Amino acid sequence: MSFWEYANPKKFMETSSWLLPWVAIGSLLCLVVGLIWGFFFTPDDFRQGSTVKIIYLHVPSALMAINAWLMMLVCSLIWIVRRHHVSALAARAAAPIGVTMTLIALATGALWGQPMWGTYWAWDPRLTSFLILFLFYLGYIALWEAIENSDTAADLTSVLCLVGSVFALLSRYAVNFWNQGLHQGASLSLDKEENVADVFYFPLLVCIAGFVLLFVALVLIRTRTEIRARRISALRARQRLNDTSPSATPKEA
Amino acid sequence: MIALLRRDLALTLRSGGGFGLALAFFLILVVLIPFGVGPQSELLSRIAPGVLWVGALLACLLSLDRIFQLDFEDGSLDLLATSPLPLESLALLKALTHWLTTGLPLTVAAPFLGVFLSLPGEAVVWLVSSLALGTPALSLIGAFGAALTVGLKRGGLLISLLVLPLYVPTLIFGAECVRRGAEGLAASTPLLFVAGITAGCVAALPFATASALRVNLR
Repeated sequence: MSFWEYANPKKFMETSSWLLPWVAIGSLLCLVVGLIWGFFFTPDDFRQGSTVKIIYLHVPSALMAINAWLMMLVCSLIWIVRRHHVSALAARAAAPIGVTMTLIALATGALWGQPMWGTYWAWDPRLTSFLILFLFYLGYIALWEAIENSDTAADLTSVLCLVGSVFALLSRYAVNFWNQGLHQGASLSLDKEENVADVFYFPLLVCIAGFVLLFVALVLIRTRTEIRARRISALRARQRLNDTSPSATPKEA
Repeated sequence: MIALLRRDLALTLRSGGGFGLALAFFLILVVLIPFGVGPQSELLSRIAPGVLWVGALLACLLSLDRIFQLDFEDGSLDLLATSPLPLESLALLKALTHWLTTGLPLTVAAPFLGVFLSLPGEAVVWLVSSLALGTPALSLIGAFGAALTVGLKRGGLLISLLVLPLYVPTLIFGAECVRRGAEGLAASTPLLFVAGITAGCVAALPFATASALRVNLR
């Protein structure tokens, strides 16, 4: 029993079909509990008022925007090194979810920025690096869509993902060079004394768990769709082959 | 290798466009900016570093899809791939050709165009050195983007989208270097960063470019 067994599409489909409902239910549960808890059962912040509640969407989506890219990076590496198709398809499946998470983070950030900073958008290092991440996602998806042969597309997008990761990291530190941040520093970390107050912290953790599970569920669904689409096109190709060569006897379906 | 470099240079120069197009675009952009923002010289000199760097970057972007496209279409790229020359050196050579026909002329022209934007005199040294050190990175990244999209029919728009976020760090450090130079601050730190990006690109990107080319020639 090793991790690489899931490189077999059949094995992956079996396990994921068993896993998917649990992940989906868990995600729904966490999100419902976390959001209701966060929105209705926590006090308003003494300076920010009720706008502080945007945090329950903003922070988890921002986290997942970065983690989705990391997952794509790992999948691309696996594809390049071991050429497992499920891995390439999972990377492809994660990209639109990642871009959506980035958009949610940017949009909720803008809505939060307007009352707090008096502006929807500022060229602050964190905001800028998210915008750049958004562009990376767009380029990655566009490259997938543009290339017809799926193996070629998987190869090229993997290379792009590797190179892009280096440059994304570089941009992340390059924008720090401007030295003008409106955005606060990290408010969540495992090794720091000062986190957000506990009232906000626990519902936020539940929301983050919900977003993680939601991401896993969506990636599973989309990967399963990709695998099925791949199978259909393979079946179609076989059918065409049978149609064009009359000598071959058509197989029982 | 030298023969290949001379062939590529001759092709780019004689096919028209390649050499003059980037320069003309740069000139047009720099001349149009004052019409757009008005002729106040203090405003112009403040935005000059950014405008010059953005102009150089866009001018570079203009000719990227030609790096591999023509060779791919007439089949000479296949011949070059089967020749004893490693594909990595080919990628480096193509980027070098692109730099010699766009980056280098842009660097030479930039100080003269800086006059139009009333760029402070002390910034000219930083402008030339940051462009000289930074445009090779632009060409190398561009060659990578061109290698990714070489098999596509309409790669032009896609290549801009792919390359745009990759250009960000170089642009930030390059423009920052010139801005600091213009304000009389110490500008060598961003300049070193630009040089570092270029050095890293020279070292690593030809391999990525070559692997993308291999996939596309398969």
